[in-house]
Amino acid sequence: MSNSSTSDLLKPFKLKTKQQELLIRVSILCLVYILAFITRLFSVLRYESMIHEFDPYFNYRTTLYLTQHGFYDFWNWFDYESWYPLGRIVGGTLYPGLMVTAALIYRLLHFLRFAVHIREVCVLTAPFFASNTTLVAYFFGKEIWDSGAGLVAAILIAVCPGYISRSVAGSYDNEGVAIFALLFTFYLFVKAVNKGSLAWGLASAFGYFYMVSAWGGYVFIINLIPLYVLVLLITGRYSMRLYVAYNCMYILGMLLAMQIRFVGFQHVQSGEHMAAMGVFFLMQVFYFLDWVKHMLSDTKLFQEFLSITVTCAVAAGGIALGVGAASGYISPWTGRFYSLLDPTYAKDHIPIIASVSEHQPTAWSSFMFDFHILLFLFPAGLYFCFKRLSDATIFIVMYGLTSMYFAGVMVRLILVATPAVCLISAIAVSATVKNLTVLLRSKNKVAQIGSTKGTSSAKASSKASLDQSQPFQKNGAMALLFGAFYLLSRYATHCTWVTSEAYSSPSIVLAARGAHGNRVIFDDYREAYFWLRQNTPPDAKVMSWWDYGYQITAMGNRTVIVDNNTWNNTHIATVGRAMSSYEDEAYEIIRSLDVDYVLVVFGGVTGYSSDDINKFLWMVRIGGGVFPVIKEPDYLVNGEYRVDKGAAPKMLNCLMYKLSYYRFGEMMPEYGKPPGYDRARGVEIGNKDIKLEHLEEAFTTSNWIVRIYKVKPPNNRW
Amino acid sequence: MGISRFVLLVFTISMLASPALSDLVLSKVDRRIYLTSHIVRISSTLEVENAGPETVSKVLLAFPDLQAQNLAYLMASPHEAKAKVKGLTVGASFTFDVLAVFTHALRPMPEQIGQADIQLVLYRDSAYYLSPYVVKVQSLSLKLLDSRIESYTTLESTKVQGSEIKYGPYENLPAFSSSPITVHFENNLPFAIAQELVREIEISHWGNVLVTEHYKLIHGGAQSKGEFSRLEPQARENVQGPSAVRYLVAHLPPRAHSVYYRDAIGNISTSHLRGDSKKTELLIEPRYPMFGGWRTAFTIGYGLPLQDCLYESEGRRFLNITFSSPMIELVIDTLIVKVVLPEGSSDISAAAPFFMKQWQETKISHLDIVGRAVVVLEKTNLVPEHNQYFQVYYKFNRLSMLREPLMLISGIFFFFVACIVYMHADTSISKFSASYLAKQQWEEVRVAIQQVHNIICRCLATHDKLEASLRDLSRTGEVQACKAARKSTDGLLKELSKELKPLMTFLQSSPSAVQVLSKVEELVAKERELLEKLMAKHSTAVEAYEKKSGARDIENRIALQQQKITALRQEVDDLLEFIDEI
Repeated sequence: MSNSSTSDLLKPFKLKTKQQELLIRVSILCLVYILAFITRLFSVLRYESMIHEFDPYFNYRTTLYLTQHGFYDFWNWFDYESWYPLGRIVGGTLYPGLMVTAALIYRLLHFLRFAVHIREVCVLTAPFFASNTTLVAYFFGKEIWDSGAGLVAAILIAVCPGYISRSVAGSYDNEGVAIFALLFTFYLFVKAVNKGSLAWGLASAFGYFYMVSAWGGYVFIINLIPLYVLVLLITGRYSMRLYVAYNCMYILGMLLAMQIRFVGFQHVQSGEHMAAMGVFFLMQVFYFLDWVKHMLSDTKLFQEFLSITVTCAVAAGGIALGVGAASGYISPWTGRFYSLLDPTYAKDHIPIIASVSEHQPTAWSSFMFDFHILLFLFPAGLYFCFKRLSDATIFIVMYGLTSMYFAGVMVRLILVATPAVCLISAIAVSATVKNLTVLLRSKNKVAQIGSTKGTSSAKASSKASLDQSQPFQKNGAMALLFGAFYLLSRYATHCTWVTSEAYSSPSIVLAARGAHGNRVIFDDYREAYFWLRQNTPPDAKVMSWWDYGYQITAMGNRTVIVDNNTWNNTHIATVGRAMSSYEDEAYEIIRSLDVDYVLVVFGGVTGYSSDDINKFLWMVRIGGGVFPVIKEPDYLVNGEYRVDKGAAPKMLNCLMYKLSYYRFGEMMPEYGKPPGYDRARGVEIGNKDIKLEHLEEAFTTSNWIVRIYKVKPPNNRW
Repeated sequence: MGISRFVLLVFTISMLASPALSDLVLSKVDRRIYLTSHIVRISSTLEVENAGPETVSKVLLAFPDLQAQNLAYLMASPHEAKAKVKGLTVGASFTFDVLAVFTHALRPMPEQIGQADIQLVLYRDSAYYLSPYVVKVQSLSLKLLDSRIESYTTLESTKVQGSEIKYGPYENLPAFSSSPITVHFENNLPFAIAQELVREIEISHWGNVLVTEHYKLIHGGAQSKGEFSRLEPQARENVQGPSAVRYLVAHLPPRAHSVYYRDAIGNISTSHLRGDSKKTELLIEPRYPMFGGWRTAFTIGYGLPLQDCLYESEGRRFLNITFSSPMIELVIDTLIVKVVLPEGSSDISAAAPFFMKQWQETKISHLDIVGRAVVVLEKTNLVPEHNQYFQVYYKFNRLSMLREPLMLISGIFFFFVACIVYMHADTSISKFSASYLAKQQWEEVRVAIQQVHNIICRCLATHDKLEASLRDLSRTGEVQACKAARKSTDGLLKELSKELKPLMTFLQSSPSAVQVLSKVEELVAKERELLEKLMAKHSTAVEAYEKKSGARDIENRIALQQQKITALRQEVDDLLEFIDEI
């Protein structure tokens, strides 16, 4: 009785199945949204709310400038503090999307009277956009498969290490917002193709505009979408919906993208964007042919007409492209683009691209590390997509396959592949689980009927299993479901572990375990930069390898010769040449560049391996690429790179060696090892008696990681 | 303290002896100069005697021009704690102490030293006490650190005792007599000078006082020259960089919490915090050891419990907190104290123990509408002796505390209201477009289907009643009651089918209902079939009872029908579920 009365009481609150589903779906999405945010906060909890790595420091500096000086000053900003003496037109050489986004969030918060610091906004921008990406992934999954797949996609992408690597708190980089923009654009475009509505096409054009303003990776969109359209045309899936979606997106997107100064007229002039234009014209030809077909009733006549028009169109396009390329109106593909299509290109031609570790081809292990089970679910998902081909699934298949190829070419492009991999894997998971639960549920119903009849449940289940033609189907489904959940839970633990161990270190502060298991922090970078900021003249020029340029300008607030915006290869080569010359020759170069301080990073005391000595061969290569005086073999012994007694004489006396090891020969970094024992390379250094003539030590940090030398004024001639 | 303010205005040596001045005689002057840190403290005991014809109530103190510029703090107090005089009568004498504190009074010599060298400083003063009065007996002692004395001026009766240099006693010197002396000695103590310190004290009536201090620090000793070396301080720690500022110690109030230490580019991880019930000691290391002339800048912050610093008197509240920096032995060139009062404070005034510039600002912080009132106090040249309590009085209504939470609550409330309005508002532009009309029709169809659903549910409920009556029958055997039940349900069902009819005709006519119509029709048909079966079963059962057949017999006869009914019921339920989800 009491049971029935309570159920009567609850009746008004009882939700319909549909409402229940909605409630569950919304709460899952909310949880995923929060999860995506908080899983990226490891570094804030372990270290502090700080900007990570190299490029984010530039972004932070520009954002600071934007909030302090306003948009127009930012747009017209000529930065005297970098690339001395050339300077840099910042407003015209960056993608402003990230900075403008952060500044807008900052303004909004201040408008709502939350007096937050711009640094906090910058630090949390990437996690915030990662959360938004999960929502987009849900809607995208819903569009291409069903809402279940959307939910799974949202969960997978929320914790996928491939994405987390670039969107932890503090990693204030273009990619943080760009992946959101990329997926959002794709989603809107697929929606536009499915609906054929102008509104969605417009929305996708704006999504594309945001992507262009945020990241150079927009080239991927403007090549993938035409490719997709082309595939649809070839497979005979041309429709009015496609026509509306693509034309709207291309024309408006192009016009909007031209508003970004860094992109400008590239959209109609550079070779990388020509595919989109070609497909655009092809669409018009298709439309025209459709109209002609409609008008002509004679198929034979139409066939002839078709062949003539297609030949003419292709010929006209080819001629236009040829003339454009020959006259220089259409610029050829850039080196970066080439290196994507041909992975060996950069190694042979552009050492400055090849020198960056994240531009290396991807190792298998890092695929496993970043994707884990998704790597196996991806082909399964492709199978499901092919089983249920539609415009949307064709898109996701193409996105997945092309981005997987690019991920194989370059480590950092795993990031672009991640959303596709997550979506396709989500289809696999969702379809499998759905099939299995349908099996389970159908039996449950039989069991329910049995119980309403009043027979005992045991009897009912035995009866139910007797009813089935395949006796172990239910158990099998059960086992498979458990297997799937086991795999997914492994995935979750793996992702958390990877995030916490590998992707949450700011790399500006190094942490190690001390002898007693306590945490030791090496804060040498900031020590040195803050020293520069406080104790050098405000107009001092600092020369260092380009890796540290952004950090020196952002944290040290001093002018640098070269920085991470590697736009002028000659300038970088000059610095490389100075570092690899003898001190006298280097001094000439240093004087000619008007340098006051030279900064080197040295890991010999702490065993920090990504220091300048280990990067030195790239300096030689890049320097030698422009100045043939510098020859790589001079620094090698039998093709081997060494710093001990057997090292090449030029190596032992070049500026970089001298600055790194100055007075290191007197030091005992490790007990039981000779003085001058380099812990990063595990050898005793070859030149312990280093004398500096034109430079003097100005500052060395407590763990010797950063060493700063002051350039002495020239001696009096008489 | 009244004296100090007065004397600050009149210290001068150019003042010529006037009759009123010469009436006083200093019968005994005992000066002790402490050169044990970079702050010079001169503590003098003066015995003043009135030799004139009138009662005197003022004594003038004089300082050499050189020192006057550096004078940071001056304090006079009676020598014996209880002695209090209104004025000095003729012939009477009075003893009092004067403490004068000077900054920047020690000059490094040489001005530039290498990283490993010791720091030597020069101090200049007069061996005779400079005074507009005749001094009868006087003596001077200079207290140095226990370290090397490079040189000192030798006059008659000069003695050196350990780390102390003594001059005097000298007797019967005329007014304004002086004899320069110079002491050159080793002083390796860190010369920490804050060129600018901005303290912000923010009061929250929710229980916290937040203190934030922004320091711009410089090492004011001998400039560092030559090459820097990290090797030597690590290898031989005691020898190297003796005068460098390696750490600073701050004595925070006892219940200070949430202490942080950072600078423009992030946290600084080298600091230690020790606390007991009397004080909290914070030891901070700058990012790098500061050699002569090096600078650094950092921020420390901490919270204090509100009840430790906020009191009430005469309807006004007042904040009672120390004025200057908690760092020990720190010279501050410019200090700006900002007291941020909660929004809605009024009738604001500040009371400080010494003279300083004052003005008011507003600051906009979290959830402020008009901004918070800020009392700004500015003072230059401060020494630790200035670290005294000061008060800021203001009026504040406790209800204003609720303003910010209410704002947040109403903000969220309006957000939800906006969401609800958006969900219910009809945002379509054209009311006659095909899609809009279709949507509306579909809406109507949905309502109709909902009604159908309700009716079928009620039918099923009446079916249940029939079943119940059958059960009653098998229990009690009252055939009449069962028949009555049957009659009433018949009536009910008839009404329901009447209600169903117009809905069905509507659905059949509506074009948008095409996809679901078949299902609805199927549902109605199945229900009808179910009803028929049920009626048949009912009749059989009742008939059997009337014939008084055995229970087993009845069950056997019903069983076949029962199976069909269950199957049908299942189908109807499925259909209902399906329709429910449209």
